[in-house]
Amino acid sequence: MSLFTILISTIFVNNYVFARFLGICPFLGVSKKTDTAFGMGVAVTFVITLSSIITYFIQKGILDTLKLGYLQTIVFILVIATLVQFVEMVMKKTSPTLYNALGVYLPLITTNCVVLGVAILNIQEEYTLIQTIVNSIGASIGFTLALVLMAGVREQLDLADVPEALDGFPIALIASGLMSIAFLGFNGLV
Amino acid sequence: MKLSETFNNGLIKENPIFVQLVGMCSTLAVTTSAKNGLAMGLAVTGVLVGSNLVISLIRNVIPDKIRIPSFIVVIATFVTMIEMFMKAYAPALYSALGLFIPLIVVNCIIFARAESFASKNKPIPAIVDGLGMGLGYTVALIILASIRELLGAGTLFEHQIMGAGYQPVLIAIMPPGAFIILGILIGIFNKVRMNNEEKKAAQEEKATVEA
Repeated sequence: MSLFTILISTIFVNNYVFARFLGICPFLGVSKKTDTAFGMGVAVTFVITLSSIITYFIQKGILDTLKLGYLQTIVFILVIATLVQFVEMVMKKTSPTLYNALGVYLPLITTNCVVLGVAILNIQEEYTLIQTIVNSIGASIGFTLALVLMAGVREQLDLADVPEALDGFPIALIASGLMSIAFLGFNGLV
Repeated sequence: MKLSETFNNGLIKENPIFVQLVGMCSTLAVTTSAKNGLAMGLAVTGVLVGSNLVISLIRNVIPDKIRIPSFIVVIATFVTMIEMFMKAYAPALYSALGLFIPLIVVNCIIFARAESFASKNKPIPAIVDGLGMGLGYTVALIILASIRELLGAGTLFEHQIMGAGYQPVLIAIMPPGAFIILGILIGIFNKVRMNNEEKKAAQEEKATVEA
């Protein structure tokens, strides 16, 4: 598969939020305002790309050579948790402004299933290092796109007159469903 | 709290899906058929009971500062066990659920129960809490999956239910259907709860007036 195809496919056709249901918790939790949604998106992009590269080397270098494939889940989640902590500490020291902008979202990323999902999928699809990087970037752009679009919709939903029982979470789910239908339109593009 | 109360708490009052709204990723993804929903529910219940038990047993040994990594390792171990078990005994189900089996690790329900219940309670209540929450999750998954399968394929647990002339509503088993049907279900659940609360309030008012 060419790199461009992978990129377009992960952003639009197989969008990780709308088609693969990864990262729904932060998607519904942090998508109330457009600027916080964007902040979360940037933080996730950073962590996904870095963790995919590291897990790629761990899988090829350690797990495959020692035949420890069954430890994949445990090792990957520990790598991600450590990485998130590490990124948080480095950012605090070197760039306080960026830390203040992203700080709140960083701890949340450990339990974001997009990060672990992309890392495992990269191995399952047997991507090369370059393909892994492109796939991770595409996944993060797709996630950010979904988050920012949804935040825009939800800012408008606040003004709408919604039945009491559907207010908040249920109506957000229904709105995501409609958005997911729109994304189905990209089917057949790749 | 009594054991039966702890159990009911997870099953209905604090239902992970309809009330706490956690663990949405796997809920939306695997509910394309009732069978997948049931299998995923049982897998999560298994992990939940196991991790709750172990975390409750070692709760006094773990230093507070490193409790989160410790919980993650315990949970990941049980997930790996379930994964290997399913791979060996139910390979078809394993490939149908695919990526979402290892992703049980990051399912917020399990972590939330470890943090808020198992790390503060004795082993027996922790097991009961795990069972209650796990079954509450399973029931919610089966309800959502049955509706999607019935509308989208006309079948239930792979048995033909709708008549031969039934035109399946394909959208129900596609991704958008999951979002929309779950949204409507949570809405109905909220409505029922609100009605019950209103009724209770009215009864209490009546009782005080009579007294």
